Amino acid sequence: MYEVKVYVMYKESILDPQGEAVKSAIHRLGYDEIQEVRMGKYFEMKVTKKEKSFIEKRIEEICDRLLANVTMESYQYEIMEAR
Amino acid sequence: MKFAVIVFPGSNCDRDLLWAVKEISKQDAEYVRHDATSLAGYDGVLLPGGFSYGDYLRCGAIARFSAIMPEVIRFAAEGKPVFGTCNGFQILTEAGLLPGVLKKNESLKFVCKTVKLKVTNAATNFTSQYKQGEEIFLPIAHGEGNYYCDAATLAKLKKNNQIVFTYEDENPNGSLENIAGIINERGNVLGMMPHPERAVEELLGSASGIKFFQSMVENYRKVTSNG
Repeated sequence: MYEVKVYVMYKESILDPQGEAVKSAIHRLGYDEIQEVRMGKYFEMKVTKKEKSFIEKRIEEICDRLLANVTMESYQYEIMEAR
Repeated sequence: MKFAVIVFPGSNCDRDLLWAVKEISKQDAEYVRHDATSLAGYDGVLLPGGFSYGDYLRCGAIARFSAIMPEVIRFAAEGKPVFGTCNGFQILTEAGLLPGVLKKNESLKFVCKTVKLKVTNAATNFTSQYKQGEEIFLPIAHGEGNYYCDAATLAKLKKNNQIVFTYEDENPNGSLENIAGIINERGNVLGMMPHPERAVEELLGSASGIKFFQSMVENYRKVTSNG
């Protein structure tokens, strides 16, 4: 079995109002060195083991179709052997 | 004209839409569930507001894969009228029937009030009963109505007159160019954040929305009487 982690983030060009709000809260707590906060989504999946290139293709398909809206978001993923 | 009001789990403006077309515009209308697979016999499709699938993942992202949606996409491809308000608009963008995306409001707040709009294109099948540039008042109620698209898409929307409604005086959600509603290039799919179906009786604050549904009905009559 594989463990797959998917991270979906707003693209750089898109203002992330939630990240901005969290950043101001961090500043209010006195952590002035924090310059930027961007907030995203994180998914964990357990995946039946098949050829890795096939799994990569499937994961990308799922991201493009459902997990990310590529108009405003980009994604990254990691595929690992399940422990 | 016979309307289908699509009901997703979590829709909450479906009754308002049915009321607007049935009781106010005096047309046939029925609810069609998200798990139905046919729109045979209908002349127009209405996607209601609400919180389909709890707005999980992104607004409209899960509803977009409902069993009825391939049929809605086919219906639109035949050139028949499809209208989505609020969550319905979000579903239309997620389904790729309209360009762009609805982001979280710039203020991060859910905004619920009546807003002033301008009809920036009164030559569509949804707005022909309005005057070009007419100012109307419609309610909004959303947390994710901040319309965004890339520069190339915006240029195209402008070039083809696809921006149909804009917010006037005040932009309630941070949307690009004050966009409140857009239409597809072919002119048969319209999405907007405001709720015309909630503005069909003076007693309840505004009747600005009546002409919206009247436009749909009139244009359907024209098409059918021309054979």
